[in-house]
Amino acid sequence: MSAPTLDRPAAGTPDEASLQERFDATIAAEHRIEPRDWMPEGYRKTLVRQIAQHAHSEIIGMQPEGDWLLAAPSLRRKAILLAKVQDEAGHGMYLYSAAETLGADRADLTDKLIEGRQKYSSIFNYPTLTYADVGVIGWLVDGAAICNQVPLCRSSYGPYARAMIRVCKEESFHQRQGYELLMTMMGGTDEQRAMVQDAVDRWWWPSLMMFGPPDDDSPNSAQSMAWGIKRHSNDELRQRFVDMTVPQAEFLGVTLPDPDLVWDEAAGRHRFGAIDWAEFKRVISGEGPMNAVRVARRRAARDDNAWVTEAAAAHAAKHAGGHAGSAA
Amino acid sequence: MSTDVTAEGGHGAVPTGPEVPVEPKASTARRDWPLYEVFVRGKRGLNHVHVGSLHAPDDEMAVHAARDVYTRRNEGVSIWVVRAADITASSPDEKDPMFAPSGDKVYRHPTFYDIPEDVPHM
Repeated sequence: MSAPTLDRPAAGTPDEASLQERFDATIAAEHRIEPRDWMPEGYRKTLVRQIAQHAHSEIIGMQPEGDWLLAAPSLRRKAILLAKVQDEAGHGMYLYSAAETLGADRADLTDKLIEGRQKYSSIFNYPTLTYADVGVIGWLVDGAAICNQVPLCRSSYGPYARAMIRVCKEESFHQRQGYELLMTMMGGTDEQRAMVQDAVDRWWWPSLMMFGPPDDDSPNSAQSMAWGIKRHSNDELRQRFVDMTVPQAEFLGVTLPDPDLVWDEAAGRHRFGAIDWAEFKRVISGEGPMNAVRVARRRAARDDNAWVTEAAAAHAAKHAGGHAGSAA
Repeated sequence: MSTDVTAEGGHGAVPTGPEVPVEPKASTARRDWPLYEVFVRGKRGLNHVHVGSLHAPDDEMAVHAARDVYTRRNEGVSIWVVRAADITASSPDEKDPMFAPSGDKVYRHPTFYDIPEDVPHM
């Protein structure tokens, strides 16, 4: 059982070397590290950063699709999109919950996001220009997220792995609703088909960037692999995503915007063109089309709704029965 | 480029450079909403199982929030919430002396007893 408030090792614990030894043995045996176990400071910090930024991505990720909630073309589509956006909020909550088992504070993590001191995935800094973007996000962006997230269900850190299992169960709905939406549009008018193709053209490359820099330029990976908090290399996952997606694009009848994309019979995989890492770098350092909007809206949600959280706390304090006071 | 970027976070690449702080710090926001642990009974006949945690101003709101966060797809028929501060836990260490006595009582397990193969229904 995890008791997040009790996550520090007790006083008088054995010396660090033997603790490290036991930690290493737990990792080597593919057992899970749990919140109150001793863990190296680097392991804890890496996990807090990774889980927090994943949580931030889920929360910021509500915005691009949330922009279409009022414009969805039917009640059916609106209900689906609302459920999807609500899931993203839920995913963020599972992840903040996991981060708190490591001693992080949820409100503090949100403050860091708003102050720009912690980041979220670059993919959410692109705008959703048409309704077809909703479908393409489900298909490509959530498809790429699934490739990244399924291996994380085996993360060596128990609370993160358990949160990811929950998330992955729901991502399948996200991808399928997107693909079905696109199939519907592709069966519609020429204008609708053009909208889908345009959305694919804009989202394809950013989706490939979601897997991060190439392996030979990804120095953090080795340590994360050794700790069991990263299971496959960036290029390995990117390749898996391309191989899964190409036949889906063919079935849909859209063209992926890469003239170098070919099936390599000998290698048994697709070859694809060079990714524009300069663009990736620009977007991640704050120069993407929507960076300022995303963070400003998150700030407004915190500040404009502060009176609600304060009122609820005041109400709870007034009616406190079994518990004296409300401070945890 | 990007010696400071990783894709570990599931939803895509994020910077991990030294400018990204990870140390918890005291903040005043929502400081007075306590942390609750959430337990869900998946269906009749099963125990409640720990599923995660959330912050809420009081017990009742915690149950409502737990429904929204942890049971959007019929994952449960019953929810318990308890303040994390009210949980008393043993040390999680497998080598904890608390669990040591059960380790050397092998005679408490059925496999301790050798019974000939041809004894039926045993």
